[in-house]
Amino acid sequence: METVIECDHLRKVYRDTVAVDDVSFTVQRGEIFGILGPNGAGKTTTVECVGGIRRPDGGRLRVLGLDPWHDRSALRQRVGVQLQESQLQDKLRLGEALELFSSFYRRPADWRELADVLGLADKLGTPFGKLSGGQKQRLSIALALVGNPEIAILDELTTGLDPQARRDTWDLIEQVRARGVTIVLVTHFMEEAERLCDRLALIDSGRVVATDTPAGLVSRVEAEQRIRFRPSVELDDRLLTGLPEVQAVTRHGATVVVTGTGNLLHAVTSVLARNQIVAMELRVDQASLDDAFVALTGRPMDN
Amino acid sequence: MNALYKLTRAELRLFLREPVGVFFGFAFPAILVVILGSIPSFREPDKDIGGLRVIDLYVTISVALTLAMLALQVTPAVLAGYRERGVLRRLSTTPVHPAKLLAAQLASSLLTALVAVALVLAVARLAFHVPLPGQFAGFVIAFLLSAAALFAVGLFVAAVAPSGKAGNTIGVVLFFPVMFFAGLWVPREAMPAALNRVGDFTPLGAGEQALHDAATGAWPHAGQLVVLAAYVVAFGLAAARLFKWE
Repeated sequence: METVIECDHLRKVYRDTVAVDDVSFTVQRGEIFGILGPNGAGKTTTVECVGGIRRPDGGRLRVLGLDPWHDRSALRQRVGVQLQESQLQDKLRLGEALELFSSFYRRPADWRELADVLGLADKLGTPFGKLSGGQKQRLSIALALVGNPEIAILDELTTGLDPQARRDTWDLIEQVRARGVTIVLVTHFMEEAERLCDRLALIDSGRVVATDTPAGLVSRVEAEQRIRFRPSVELDDRLLTGLPEVQAVTRHGATVVVTGTGNLLHAVTSVLARNQIVAMELRVDQASLDDAFVALTGRPMDN
Repeated sequence: MNALYKLTRAELRLFLREPVGVFFGFAFPAILVVILGSIPSFREPDKDIGGLRVIDLYVTISVALTLAMLALQVTPAVLAGYRERGVLRRLSTTPVHPAKLLAAQLASSLLTALVAVALVLAVARLAFHVPLPGQFAGFVIAFLLSAAALFAVGLFVAAVAPSGKAGNTIGVVLFFPVMFFAGLWVPREAMPAALNRVGDFTPLGAGEQALHDAATGAWPHAGQLVVLAAYVVAFGLAAARLFKWE
């Protein structure tokens, strides 16, 4: 697997604020790499440095073998960046913007096809100021991809989108990756990171706290699991409390709640099956990235 | 250069989609000439201004007005607005440097000015028999230098203005003294000598004088051209150094 981005001890300081303290990670070709952390963690500054838009104060960055700041002209042809909070002129029509931006690249994509894929084909004549938030966001993505980049950097892709638009965007990103584009995704949404990312770096206060696959990060956490069910017949608690995985068994009316760790679900259902007890209305609460974040940084993501 | 051409074309299109800008930058100077030319006394030779007709003076003043409106009321507002909205930032992620967008906006304004001035000269000639500039080459040089001086000031304002609105406000505030010394309210020929002297060092005081000289058949004086060139250099360099891209 080819490494397309190498980031070693990146550092960026603004006057008296350390935006990025010490960030290191690598990105492989063809993966969706996530940069996850709370607001103000230094995610945007990190990807701005990777994209050659900001000059780092320390560390070593290599994108496709080149230095993003010093070789930025060459890299601009091969790296697409979608930034949050940047507008276009209100009266510029969507098709005009796509055509204009595609003219900047040596080997651009077919912008009409791109508009089709992004569901913007019927909005080509609409001025930017009249587009909805979701349409502006999709145009942003289109503009980042119109140059046929090898790497696309997407910052806070789904902020401000309604849940349906958010899911549609996730499908779209997976389609983009299927075309062979390496994607660096900045987000503060756990669900987005879990859904899209092959690997991710957890960033807090300008430092990388952990780098792993979403599942890998979750499994590092010795988090409690909880199983609830209504037993089909009377259940003797001692059947469950004897299991090594089980920490506690409580009852809420007719519902049994079992808390524990490890392969709790398998252990409980095996015991129930052996004793011919059916677990009805079974629900399992599992550890998530949220729990992983808390365990690794000592505080919840949304402060 | 393909990118610059496309950006300029986009800027022109955007300008033409703003009715207010199009009216003031484009049509108003010619309309002013029509309005003033309709006043009978303005079409009579006036010995207070050396036998010229008032309408003759106002043609070059309208040219100055076109430049001032585009350079001070359009350019700063548009460019500072682009910075504020993140348009420059977005462009900086592409292979095209945002400076090309600035150049495109200026080019678009200059093209607009050329058409507006051609319109003024044509209307004045056809409706009121104002002769075309006698020293045409000198007129073109005076026009281009005046444009460069004013756009340099406009670019400087865009460089330092914190927002589109601020750019607009500062531009409007500068517009009035600049046009006063160009003679919009009182022709320079009718101003007290002391005011005239001060005006000689303003971009359109010098510019208007140069345009006027060329219009009446003489080459513009070196003095005015030097003042204009100084504005181009001073404000152009300041703009280049101080321009905030974000």
